[in-house]
Amino acid sequence: MSTVRTSPGLLAAPAALFLIVFMLVPVGLMLYVSTLERGAFGGVNWGQHTAIAYEKLLFERDLAGQIAFNSDYIAIILRSFRLAAVTTAVTLALGIPTALYMASLPPRRAALMLFLVTVPFWTNLLVRNFAWILILRNGGPLDSALATTGLVTPPLDILYTPLATGIGLTYSFLPFMILPIYVALERIDRRLIEAAFDLGADRWRVLSRVVLPLAAPGIAAGAILVFVPCLGAYVSPELLGGGKSLMIGNLIQAQFGASRNWPFGAALALVLLLVLLVALALLASVKRRERLAS
Amino acid sequence: MNEARHPLRLPGTAVLAALAMLFLYVPIIVLVVLSFNASDMTTIWTGFSLHWYAQALGNDTMLVAIGNSLTVAAAATVLATAAATSAALGIARSGGRVRTAVEGLLGLPLLIPEIVTAVALLMLFVLVGVRLGLMSVILAHTVFCIPFAYYPIRSRLAALDPALGEAASDLYAPAWRRFLRIELPLLAPGIFAGALLAFISSLGDFVITYFVAGPGATTLPVYIYGMIRTGITPEVNALSTLLLLASVAVVAIVFRSGTTPANQTRGEKTS
Amino acid sequence: MNDTIVAISDVSKRYAGAVQPALAGVSLDIRRNEFFTLLGPSGCGKTTLLRLIAGFGMPDSGQISLDGKLLGQTPPNLRPINTVFQSYALFPHMSVAENIGFGLEMLGQPRETVRSRVTEMLRLVRLEGMGERRPAQLSGGQQQRVALARALAPAPKVLLLDEPLSALDLKLRREMQIELKRLQTETGITFVFVTHDQEEALAMSDRLAVMRDGVVMQVGSPENLYDRPANLFVAEFIGEANFWNATCLERSGAGGRFAIGTSKAVMPVAEAQGLAEGAKAVLVVRPERITLGAAEPGLLHGTVETAVYRGSDLVVHAALAGGGELRARLPGSIAAAGLIGTATGFAFPADAVRVFPA
Repeated sequence: MSTVRTSPGLLAAPAALFLIVFMLVPVGLMLYVSTLERGAFGGVNWGQHTAIAYEKLLFERDLAGQIAFNSDYIAIILRSFRLAAVTTAVTLALGIPTALYMASLPPRRAALMLFLVTVPFWTNLLVRNFAWILILRNGGPLDSALATTGLVTPPLDILYTPLATGIGLTYSFLPFMILPIYVALERIDRRLIEAAFDLGADRWRVLSRVVLPLAAPGIAAGAILVFVPCLGAYVSPELLGGGKSLMIGNLIQAQFGASRNWPFGAALALVLLLVLLVALALLASVKRRERLAS
Repeated sequence: MNEARHPLRLPGTAVLAALAMLFLYVPIIVLVVLSFNASDMTTIWTGFSLHWYAQALGNDTMLVAIGNSLTVAAAATVLATAAATSAALGIARSGGRVRTAVEGLLGLPLLIPEIVTAVALLMLFVLVGVRLGLMSVILAHTVFCIPFAYYPIRSRLAALDPALGEAASDLYAPAWRRFLRIELPLLAPGIFAGALLAFISSLGDFVITYFVAGPGATTLPVYIYGMIRTGITPEVNALSTLLLLASVAVVAIVFRSGTTPANQTRGEKTS
Repeated sequence: MNDTIVAISDVSKRYAGAVQPALAGVSLDIRRNEFFTLLGPSGCGKTTLLRLIAGFGMPDSGQISLDGKLLGQTPPNLRPINTVFQSYALFPHMSVAENIGFGLEMLGQPRETVRSRVTEMLRLVRLEGMGERRPAQLSGGQQQRVALARALAPAPKVLLLDEPLSALDLKLRREMQIELKRLQTETGITFVFVTHDQEEALAMSDRLAVMRDGVVMQVGSPENLYDRPANLFVAEFIGEANFWNATCLERSGAGGRFAIGTSKAVMPVAEAQGLAEGAKAVLVVRPERITLGAAEPGLLHGTVETAVYRGSDLVVHAALAGGGELRARLPGSIAAAGLIGTATGFAFPADAVRVFPA
């Protein structure tokens, strides 16, 4: 379809080159750094390859060089997975009904609600997590509100716990769940739903046998869009979790800050990338199944 | 259509949807309300005041941070939007394999967890010898601004008849005049929406900036982060409310332009 | 006057990823000032050929020249050729006048010249006073006229039209066919018209090329293609015809005698070159060349099944005695009632038959 002599693909070259240099190359570099020896004063020793960064995930070496199992890091990684899984589950439980409700609205009201869901999506992550500090802190609105019910005695001491991190993550990523599910529901041919009713299915059957299977790619996309960034979250655990509920993101940050252990930081980051790849493969298989079914 | 009979309207969904909306908006409302609080106790309401806004806007360090944020956002937006517009035009006119590869590449920054991008870029900058400062922040922001700018432009382009560009060439327009007279004006709404989304993403970014900004390149979110870490003052509420307002304005404008960001990004944004 | 303006020689084109080539060695000469049509079913390569003439894409091999000069890699904006797009492709952000003046403006014509030419073009396509409207404010037919005016305004050497009438309803289509023919005569510009509608092609063209699977099947005047199709595809694609399997009984001079199907009917054929005695063949006869004949042995016999009165003519379907069907277009003055159900003979002159090897 070209209309000029030069290849039209050249127009895409600046963006493509930029992302190769500043996205692919850095990730490749990270992979390489994870196999290197750490430098004595930060940085790395080039050409000195070792698997020590990966070993460190599970074992520690004492001064005498003895290897012993160390559960500290694996505990953080497991906590991250747990928090990410719980957040995904909660956002699913809230996101599916919300998306269903949105899809059932007349167009103008659906657009308004879409706008309302989208605003937090584009609002500064730091600001949104900060708002929860205000709410959850001792003596804050939640404390006062619950105190008036008389059911609990303040202070609740929620802030700086894994629960607070979970709340912050759920809050941060709920729009990521609602939007793709809504888009998927919106694309379902209304006649299929009517046909199911026509064939005598009740609402719950229509939901479980027709609507949700058809929306499966959207639900899977939503779950991945919540789970993957949750796993690598930095802001919520840092601000709301305090020191007691560190996640992988905080651990990575520490390797580039105080600990000055780039290879270990790079290895941890690769764990996140690996999870992303697995998630994408799962999504692709859900989509493929969907295509085969239709 | 009879609303009550809508096939997707199931009992309970309305309640859960209301809960979800409440969950999404209560913190925002609390934040906004407290930013107008006269008291310096951040959570006890004593009366309406614009005191904290005045204080925030009178703080020189913070003004420098705002200046940095705007500089970075403007530069990254211009770079990313130009690259994205060019890429959208190029991809639309090229065949299957190039298209798949480039589109995959363009979507990458939204897919890869932010912390990974952050440390990968940090290592690149340090090892290549790029001094950490406004320049490194601008480069890093351009990376994730490109996809935000690209999707609205692409969806606008997809809605246009490809024969329009051909018609211009056919009527003797050389490539640059075709771009200026036909493609640019017709793509303008998409480019505008894309630039706005890139701008707001850059303005709001914390994690990547935190890693690649050296001293002297503190942006507003990094500054706010520092304030939160050192002790919460109502000044932070005022600043946060201002940032919030900026996002709402941008999303409202993009929505009104008829190209909803939710549909364009298909929810691919990561935090 | 019959000199060539566009010479296409041995042009081939295969799109990336496609198995079949879109064009496989097409050669055509389009003459100055003629209304030339590329006719064929969808996917036959006619639009691809048009796009190559316009410069949207280059042939893989072969050459196209305009007025004796090779076009080679010349981009579309440097070719004095304009296109009327199937979708019209009117610039939505410009007025009708700005659309029509666009080509002249790009050619660097002075403002005054552009303005007067736009007025002239608006008059030519009968849209006086519509210059300030936006394309979206016009009806489909009006948009079509603007697209024509825009492409004609720079007075191109060749005007390419890519199925321009396909979006219009039948009535408007008929009007525009006459309109297009008028414009072509008035402007004296060579028109290359792409369509899949054979009636449209016959009605409008000075000459036409029938294409299939990227190959030109036949080129000629409408009468030539209708009366003397070069192959079964053209015979089938253009107009209606009867196709009967037959066997060559005897050759004499240019012609011969053929037995139709399994019947005893033996029909004389004026031209039967290339067929030996005993060869299997297909006879092609246009329905309007068939007349009612005597029910004598050795002639074509059949029983009339339906007879539909169409005013000017009577369309008759008959089952032939030895199997097979016959379709005839008889004068409308023949009474249908007397025919249905009767066994009757049919005749046609020897020169009405085209014979192809089976």
